[in-house]
Amino acid sequence: MLDDTDRRLLRHLLGDPSLGAAALADLAGVTPATCWRRLERLRASGVIRRDAAVINWRALGYEVEVSLRFTLDKTNPRAFDEFIAAAREVPEVIGIETFLGRVDVRLNVIARDMAQYQDIYRRRILALPHISELEALMLIATIKDSEALPL
Amino acid sequence: MIALDDLDRQILRRLSADGTLSAGEVGRQLGLSQPAAWRRIKRLEEAGVLAGRRIDLDRAALGFGVTVFLGVKLATKGRVSLEDFERAVMAIPEVQVVQHVLGLFDYRLRVVARDIADFERVLRRRIMTLPGVGQVEANVLLTEERRPGPLG
Repeated sequence: MLDDTDRRLLRHLLGDPSLGAAALADLAGVTPATCWRRLERLRASGVIRRDAAVINWRALGYEVEVSLRFTLDKTNPRAFDEFIAAAREVPEVIGIETFLGRVDVRLNVIARDMAQYQDIYRRRILALPHISELEALMLIATIKDSEALPL
Repeated sequence: MIALDDLDRQILRRLSADGTLSAGEVGRQLGLSQPAAWRRIKRLEEAGVLAGRRIDLDRAALGFGVTVFLGVKLATKGRVSLEDFERAVMAIPEVQVVQHVLGLFDYRLRVVARDIADFERVLRRRIMTLPGVGQVEANVLLTEERRPGPLG
């Protein structure tokens, strides 16, 4: 179970994930040893699932990002598994999400430019199995992107 | 734009799986000295390729059992309405992600809530009252997976 100290640590850590243990301990008002022990426990228990570097794909020349929303043919019981396994094989797919709603699966796809996007779309995306419907949202700008929770 | 070699791509792969790795640990995994790994990481940071860290939490363990993606269409268009909408939506604590998109909707939002009842409260009191809001479509997130991307 999480107590107030855990919540305080997580709130500061979500606010600035690159904080070192010493700075984090200071902000949360605990000793560095306590801070370190608590973080270890939060990682071990799976509350912190992933702590990863963010790659800015734009800085690597990937100017296009598209959110592709799929409805799958659910008459086939293996549709989800087979679709997702095939989507994992496409290197330009940087995220896979499944939903309850009108949309079944969403893929986040990046490309260097529209010409490359069109190529990926035709050769790789349209070849994915069990697609029943497909819609694209082209990203113009990310206004806010935060993991912060109203803790 | 920065040119990457195979070692740079390996470094990005490892750090995008585990951002807590030190330069020394990354170097050891790839057969590089600590200073050599550190120089490469520094260069990737300076080029803006490594853009900070992201922590993914088990939101359910923290009491946020529901994550919903909303597609929002504005009822009125124009520069002023976009700015009003963005300013208001940014201020909602339950809204984690706001993306301006082109297509069937104008915005994509990621909303966290304690449960479905709490989500309904956020939707009715906060989202549906946003300036200029029109049609809204909700999809409840079941699973999410980040992929390494085109890193060779």
